[in-house]
Amino acid sequence: MADNSLFGIHGAALEVRGQRMGILASNIANSSTPGFKAKDIDFQKALRSASSGGVDGAITGATMYRVPLQPSLDGNTVDLSTEQTAFAENAVQYQTTLAFLNGRINEVTRALRGE
Amino acid sequence: MSDQPLSIFAVSGRAMSAQLVRMNTTASNLANAGAVASSPETAYRTIKPVFRTNFDKASGMATVDVENIVTAGSEPTKRYDPTNPVADKDGNVWESNVDETRELVDMMETSRSYQNNVEVMQTAKSLIVDTLKLGK
Repeated sequence: MADNSLFGIHGAALEVRGQRMGILASNIANSSTPGFKAKDIDFQKALRSASSGGVDGAITGATMYRVPLQPSLDGNTVDLSTEQTAFAENAVQYQTTLAFLNGRINEVTRALRGE
Repeated sequence: MSDQPLSIFAVSGRAMSAQLVRMNTTASNLANAGAVASSPETAYRTIKPVFRTNFDKASGMATVDVENIVTAGSEPTKRYDPTNPVADKDGNVWESNVDETRELVDMMETSRSYQNNVEVMQTAKSLIVDTLKLGK
């Protein structure tokens, strides 16, 4: 996927965004589970290693535990406002990547039709 | 369901079920606040669900399940009330010791968590639908 010249970086970006959405959803789902440690994907790091190797390995390497702003007594490190912000941001960026992909598809389709 | 890799819908859906169980226990606790019984064994005690994270190695996601439901909180209080129809031979009744303030706070937190999971599911759904419409 890394050297996919048709979509460039956006194919890998969409994959990483999708995986990050799952990780953030897991954090929100476990917002009241004692002892749960929130995780997040470092998007830049994941994308950089995805462009030189596989996406799966890149995501595993870039997944890290979140440093809590204020850890709670039960060992849970989910900070709901942080997670909600990250989730919303990630959703918008996912849509941005979709828009890039759509633009590219339209471009290629128009070129193929010879318009 | 457990042998399949988790989807984002399973993550949020199971979290919603867990929060619903928690809401049900809160409802039971509030409904039985101040209920009396004729012995400490039969008196109502506060019940609480125990949440446990369910990790999925294949997808890297984690959802939450209710492991079990335990009784928690303080012991029922003995009160001398000989005119009560459920009083024992010494004229005592045992009143359940439900902390109503705590239950109401729990209820608020439960409902916010539930709403958050619904929001996650709606966002994920619309993004997946957008992805399916790619190139149209």
